[in-house]
Amino acid sequence: MPIQYYIALASCLFCIGIVGVLVRRNAIIIFMCIELMLNAVNLLLVAFSKMYHGGAALSNATTTAGVDGQLFVFFIMVVAAAEVSVGLAVIVMMYRNVHSVDVNFLNRLKN
Amino acid sequence: MGILQFLFWLLSAVALTGAIMVLASKNPVHSVLWLIVVFFAISGHYVLLNAQFLAVVNLIVYAGAIMVLFLFVIMLMNLNTVIETRKNLWMKAAGIISGGILFLIMISVVRSSADMVSRTAQLKEGSIGLIETLGKVLFTQYVVPFEISSVLFLSAMVGAVVIGKKD
Amino acid sequence: MSNLVFLVPLFPLLGFLINGLFRKSLSKPMIGVIGCGALLASFVVSAILFGNVAAANRLHPGQPIPATVLFDFINVSSFKIQFAFLADQLSCLFLLIITGIGFLIHLYSTSYMHEEPTEHYGRYFAYLNLFVFSMLLLVLGANYLVMFIGWEGVGLCSYLLIGFWFKNDNYNYAAKKAFVMNRIGDLGFLLAMFWLLAKLGTVDYNQVFAKTALLSKTDITAITLLFFVGAAGKSAQIPLYTWLPDAMAGPTPVSALIHAATMVTAGIYMIARSNVLYSLAECTQHVIAIIGLATALFAATIAIKQNDIKKVLAYSTVSQLGYMFLGLGVGAYTGAVFHVMTHAFFKALLFLGAGSVIHAMHHEQDIRNMGGLKKYLPKTHLTFLLGCLAIAGIPPFSGFFSKDEILAAAYAHSPIYWGIGVATAALTAFYMFRLYATTFLGNFRGTHDQQHHLHESPAAMTIPLMVLALLSVSGGFAGVPEVLGGDHQLHGWLSGVITSEKTHHLEHSTEYLLMGVSVALAVLASVFAISRYSKKPELQEATGLGKVLQNKWYIDELYDAVIVKPLLKLADVLKNVVEKSGIDGIVNGVGKFVHYSSRQLRLLQSGLVGSYILVIVLSIVVLFLVFWNQSIILQFVQKIF
Repeated sequence: MPIQYYIALASCLFCIGIVGVLVRRNAIIIFMCIELMLNAVNLLLVAFSKMYHGGAALSNATTTAGVDGQLFVFFIMVVAAAEVSVGLAVIVMMYRNVHSVDVNFLNRLKN
Repeated sequence: MGILQFLFWLLSAVALTGAIMVLASKNPVHSVLWLIVVFFAISGHYVLLNAQFLAVVNLIVYAGAIMVLFLFVIMLMNLNTVIETRKNLWMKAAGIISGGILFLIMISVVRSSADMVSRTAQLKEGSIGLIETLGKVLFTQYVVPFEISSVLFLSAMVGAVVIGKKD
Repeated sequence: MSNLVFLVPLFPLLGFLINGLFRKSLSKPMIGVIGCGALLASFVVSAILFGNVAAANRLHPGQPIPATVLFDFINVSSFKIQFAFLADQLSCLFLLIITGIGFLIHLYSTSYMHEEPTEHYGRYFAYLNLFVFSMLLLVLGANYLVMFIGWEGVGLCSYLLIGFWFKNDNYNYAAKKAFVMNRIGDLGFLLAMFWLLAKLGTVDYNQVFAKTALLSKTDITAITLLFFVGAAGKSAQIPLYTWLPDAMAGPTPVSALIHAATMVTAGIYMIARSNVLYSLAECTQHVIAIIGLATALFAATIAIKQNDIKKVLAYSTVSQLGYMFLGLGVGAYTGAVFHVMTHAFFKALLFLGAGSVIHAMHHEQDIRNMGGLKKYLPKTHLTFLLGCLAIAGIPPFSGFFSKDEILAAAYAHSPIYWGIGVATAALTAFYMFRLYATTFLGNFRGTHDQQHHLHESPAAMTIPLMVLALLSVSGGFAGVPEVLGGDHQLHGWLSGVITSEKTHHLEHSTEYLLMGVSVALAVLASVFAISRYSKKPELQEATGLGKVLQNKWYIDELYDAVIVKPLLKLADVLKNVVEKSGIDGIVNGVGKFVHYSSRQLRLLQSGLVGSYILVIVLSIVVLFLVFWNQSIILQFVQKIF
């Protein structure tokens, strides 16, 4: 499969995630959009890893080139899991304090 | 068009639709469900790319654990009825336009890149995505980051407890 | 023994410090003693130095006197200026004049200024001492820089002393005028000094005079002209003379000090000192001679119609200074220095005499309200008469010899110069005796009250008068010319310093004729003035040409209209237009712009996370574009720079 397709797909997912972060005000949905963006990157990493491996396997059939990319994805998932646990705790905390998950209520930075 | 191509296009379409629906649905619970669809589609892509380990991990961690956590929070706080008030149309248009511009730019940059032209990703073959290969590398070369990630989890756990504690 | 030289300026400096710092705690007699004592000590040291130089001159005639280096003033790699004193024949002569007459004036002041409160009395003597100190520095310096320090100091002190009664606004204006006029001259001096430094790398007299061959014709002309600008400022020559008559605002002894012993002679001294340079610059010499002559004649005409006793003397000073510059211009350096000396005697005498009159008349200065003072102030009258005779150039008083020497040199140069000089001499005799006759002869015209209080001044004032009268009478014998059977001692004395004197040989018969004409004219003018003004003095306001003369040819008004007013206008424009809308506009505009733009930029900080992310995304887009097109952008940037 041409790598361009994967790039386009991943970019599209990533941009949808960004648009979601920009247009939605519900903190939980924003958080989900961030997860979406992480997944877009993961997909791209795996695709690149396979592209690289395909290139290297032509000369050496037993090579493990490209395995780093997939391990990266693994670590990204690790970090994402940790991030989600902390982030959701923050959102719960916020809901408890302002009784809303609308990020526009969190404009204390303004003053 | 072979079966692989067909699956690719199908999964891509599902993923994009799901992603758009995540944004579009008013109810957060629906968003979560659409996001799970996206994750399943991506896991399908992983399978196509013969990255079976990641496909499984993606399902377990994301679609299983994380999304359940999301649902949990939404249900717990009874947020599914919350309707966003006072929508800022200007802000919405600006967000969509800038996101679109970013997409266009990224695509056009990559299209013209000499490294990317006429390169393909292996489908269905190659053994690096198998659990045996990944496990070997993970526990030899990447053992230190792996251990450190356990510390990260510990601290995230402590952090979540501390933040979520009712003071 | 030559190490004593630093003592000469040290004493007045100490006097200045003591009187200046402790003026509130010292008693008046104490202040007087310190002030006069400092000058007396200085005078004694000067006399010793004079003796030393005379001895050295006898032993090794023609050998230059070495300078005494006190310390390195500026020492930067190869650029070195020493703080050195040079007590040679010329300096010693000036030292004696300055400290001697300065001492007499200090003595006179103790009585004249007695009515001042103690604090101001102390201030007065402190300034006076500082003035003398500066003048001594000027005269003693072995290079132009030290001279310049004294030069500036003199300017400063004149400002302080002219504005001594600082509560009167007019006096302050006069002080300011003197200061500003002097500054104009100082600029010329400074530029000349820089020019010398740039061309020769030294301002030391001996080195400069030894290296004149290195200077081009243009250099010498420019340097001497610039120095002359400085001299014109300090010595009140056209066009910078107007400060001197206004300087009468100060106490009378100060006028005497400024006019006779110090300050105004600084310019003459400087040019006489630089005679080697000036003799090489023919063009400058012509300029000096013409300006000197013009000043002499011009000031003399003004003096004819002045009614303020001090103003007449002031213009006569300007006129006499013009004579000295004429002498310098025609190369008669010795004659000019000689005239400085005799002028110092008789002008100090006249000023102190005028001070005595003013003192007796209770600060009345208008001669139309005087008259017949002869019988009330006998000592003042006699000494004043002697001074008038001396300045009028009646033989055998001192003014005759010095003036005649200059006139003879002028004749040798050009008979026209001589003609104008003689006319001026006749005018001098005329206005001096007009002053004398109006003041001392005829009937008293003041108020009854003034007449009642008329009295001869105390001894502290009359003794200096008598000493100065003696000097005025006999001072001329220091330079009796050859033709009258003398050997002109002053000429011999200064020959070591003034090496480029222009010698002129006139037939003895011609010289006799010249003397005869000038003396006859002076006598005629004097007799005419006495006969005209002793009986019915000029009381009504002058008309016609007389009015023009009385108003000093309207020069002050001319300066006002041509220089001061346009300058003020320009300053106004600069202040109101350039400053307010231009510079203030820029400064305030920058502030306003920053203020405004930060107000607008502040709105970007909405505090909404969404907008921040939007900016981040847009920035990423821009970065992509920049990265993508970097070669084009680089080319563009290179084209700009």
